Amino acid sequence: MNWLCVVAGAAIGAPLRYLTDRTLRARYGPAFPWGTFTVNVLGCLVLGLVAGAASAGAASPHTQLFLGTGLCGALTTYSTFGYETWQLAEGRMPLAAAANVVGSVVAGLGAAFLGVAGGEALWG
Amino acid sequence: MSGTVAAPRAGWPVLAAVATGGAAGASARYGAALLWPVAEGGFPWTTFAVNAVGCALIGVLMVLVTAARRRVHHLVRPFLGTGVLGGFTTFSTYAVDTERLLDGGHLGTGLVHLALTPLTALAAVGAATVATRRVLALRREAGER
Repeated sequence: MNWLCVVAGAAIGAPLRYLTDRTLRARYGPAFPWGTFTVNVLGCLVLGLVAGAASAGAASPHTQLFLGTGLCGALTTYSTFGYETWQLAEGRMPLAAAANVVGSVVAGLGAAFLGVAGGEALWG
Repeated sequence: MSGTVAAPRAGWPVLAAVATGGAAGASARYGAALLWPVAEGGFPWTTFAVNAVGCALIGVLMVLVTAARRRVHHLVRPFLGTGVLGGFTTFSTYAVDTERLLDGGHLGTGLVHLALTPLTALAAVGAATVATRRVLALRREAGER
């Protein structure tokens, strides 16, 4: 049952990442990886909410596995983030590469803090 | 993912490949978390290692897909890259683990985790990309001799 929760969440999260990336790439072009940036920050916010709800005792282990480990885990990605940053650096766009790393880390951590605080406020 | 390789065709087969790959990758990450649990307040080594390994593997994969002489099946990249490796690695757990550490008073561990993960990830992508290109070049040279 635990594995099923992870699998079900990931089977939703991964295509959602793919579709978001496709949509944003079509709209804003391939110059900056806005798609990965967006899903990563969004995933940090949602996982923060789940963590906040869990610490308030309002999220069951199955909910955490489905939404957290599965959905948020597959919605967000480190491999594509790393690969796209490396590509920017190799393509002689060191500023864009640095902006992608700093921006993703700062926005992701900020979203995580916001999510945890929101989760604790909503369910605490 | 951006890149020199043309974007895969859209449609249900691609979405299914991404979903099944993502489920497999996330299951492997969950398995790693069960095998190597991390104590609260400790450095999240398991997620750290998962992300580093996933970054190295995407470097290998993208060089192989880009350099392939024959056309690679159009579902390989969505399944392995976007699906398996995307589902295996995670940015959200990285950020929330850091938040938990900082919020829990483990300032030093949290800051080290915050900085070390992206540095290691980039080093892994770069080293794997360069090494794979070198191996391919050596094999090509050996083949031409």
